[in-house]
Amino acid sequence: MSALLEVRNLRTVFPGESGPLPVVDDISFSLARGEVLALVGESGSGKSMTALSILRLVPKPGQVVSGEVRLAGEDLLRLPVTKMRRIRGARIAMIFQEPMTCLNPVVSVGAQVMEAIRLHDSINKIDARARTRELFVEVGIPDPDARLDAYPHHLSGGLKQRVMIAMALSMRPEVLIADEPTTALDVTVQSQILALLRRLQSDRGTAILLITHDLGIVNELADRVAVMYAGRLVEVAERKALLSEPLHPYTQGLLRSIPSRSRPGEPLPEIPGVVPPPHQWPAGCRFSTRCPIRFEPCAEVFPEQIRPAEGRRVWCHDVERSMRREGPA
Amino acid sequence: MSADGRAETSTLLRVSDLRTWYPIRRGLMRRQSGWVQAVTDVSFEIAPGQTFALVGESGCGKTTVGRSILRLETPLRGEVHFEGRDLLKLEPEAMRRARQHLQIIFQDPMASLDPRMRIRDQIAEGMKSFGIGASESERLERVRVMLERVQLDPETMDRYPHEFSGGQRQRICIARALAVEPRLIVCDESVSALDVSIQAQILNLLRELQDELGLSYLFITHDLSVVRYLAHQVAVMYLGKIVEQGPTERIFEAPAHPYTKALLAAIPSVDPERRGAAPRVLGDVPSPSDPPPGCHFHTRCEFVMDRCRAQVPPLFEIEGGRSRCFLAEDSDPSRSVAQNAPKSV
Repeated sequence: MSALLEVRNLRTVFPGESGPLPVVDDISFSLARGEVLALVGESGSGKSMTALSILRLVPKPGQVVSGEVRLAGEDLLRLPVTKMRRIRGARIAMIFQEPMTCLNPVVSVGAQVMEAIRLHDSINKIDARARTRELFVEVGIPDPDARLDAYPHHLSGGLKQRVMIAMALSMRPEVLIADEPTTALDVTVQSQILALLRRLQSDRGTAILLITHDLGIVNELADRVAVMYAGRLVEVAERKALLSEPLHPYTQGLLRSIPSRSRPGEPLPEIPGVVPPPHQWPAGCRFSTRCPIRFEPCAEVFPEQIRPAEGRRVWCHDVERSMRREGPA
Repeated sequence: MSADGRAETSTLLRVSDLRTWYPIRRGLMRRQSGWVQAVTDVSFEIAPGQTFALVGESGCGKTTVGRSILRLETPLRGEVHFEGRDLLKLEPEAMRRARQHLQIIFQDPMASLDPRMRIRDQIAEGMKSFGIGASESERLERVRVMLERVQLDPETMDRYPHEFSGGQRQRICIARALAVEPRLIVCDESVSALDVSIQAQILNLLRELQDELGLSYLFITHDLSVVRYLAHQVAVMYLGKIVEQGPTERIFEAPAHPYTKALLAAIPSVDPERRGAAPRVLGDVPSPSDPPPGCHFHTRCEFVMDRCRAQVPPLFEIEGGRSRCFLAEDSDPSRSVAQNAPKSV
């Protein structure tokens, strides 16, 4: 499967008191056509900043300093600004956690989607309205004719997120970046939006880069998973392999600390400590300050990428050690 | 009400028929045009040393229940019996004193801590106002003990809130609540904003404190997976009313109300063999200012019957709790009692 979106050695830094802080550090992954890749991590892991780096929307004073972001072979980081602007929305679209902050409160939602369409496509208002209505139907907005003229505050959180998805899909993008698309929604509404995203992905073949902190949502939607911790990838694997047999101690800890997996009456397995802030990241493995099995080189030497199986990557001295002991798989 | 005598000994908090509605005023004359029915006739009890969870989605009234108990909101009617007194009838000064044993921890610790005050002073402040500790140095010693109890380094007591992480700040809020020797702590989405690895730490801490100190919690949350870990009893709310209530294991293993079933089914599982279940309910929660007639849930219920659209179901007694659904009617042994209950208010 050839990659539609290929991210190679991406590095984004913010200025710090004692030198630049690499909040996105040497990230590489690929996304195939029609695939859903989940980028998973807790707050401060750099997952959202990775998405913004791909779109060249990193807020100042942050800056992408090296790497490549190839969309169908073309490196987006080297495109002129005007060309990049045409790619955003048309070929790579993004939806966010909080739809309210992305919608203009004084313009009807129909007009906002029409405006997005007419920004990229020179069609008249009547055609744009017809296309907006079709999109509203596709994303499951009930009573679409009335909703075209509704203002954002008339709509529930779930409907607003459907409008955002309609807007994102309006130009038939090849890649949809969904940043915590259901985190602000109630759980019964979340399951509807997840079903919608799943349907769009299979009907339209849109590739989705799903950014989330929730491994349940990963399981619902993703084909493959990339786990981030403190700006770095720690493990990349196919969904089933990652959830049933996590290799990195951080992934293992994350899965174990989910309360629904605990046995009543027993303490929850926890990951001790907190994610260190960027200026306190250790020279070696960034998880080494909290890792239950750290040993000699972990705090000092950064672990190399190892490939324990086809399609699987992990950065951990302990996994490397046990592989060396057992020989290559 | 018949269980009154027995309840006095085994109940720390008893909420009866609590109703908190807000008037909607419109137009130039501010005429009242309706009510936001935030909480309607909610009743439950919490035993000493137990955790009672109130769960539901946004707008279900769970937060208003917690705030009404503390009289941070003004209920229209009902009773809140705590330590043998009805809190809703207390004079302001008596209510202030009652809050010593009735603390609250919110979702966002940054919003409930004063950014310009050292954490030692914030923890000592409540102690001072309730007369705990004879002197400044005695209170300071207690601040140390409290910080240790929530597993924070007492040496950090001179720092300010922004110098701590989100999980550490929540520990500070817990220490501040503990310092005044509460018997009940209302935890309003207290772990909802935390990353899962930190959330596990705080949940474990809350349970350790409960085991050590015999605390009770009213745990208010939208997250059912957290509830299963911590709660002894659960009440599920929908549009201002309790729709199902019972022991935690029964709620999770054999949910009775269609809404509880839908809520549980909607939690994304991390079991790689299980995914892609179709949503059990569609649409969004209706507005509490204009709840649907009959059963409030009938507009989204997969089992809706004709009578659900017109008649309001009472809370039927079922095995292991109560359910506000006509489907539970047949299993209710004391059906007539249940139907009379709302009228006896």
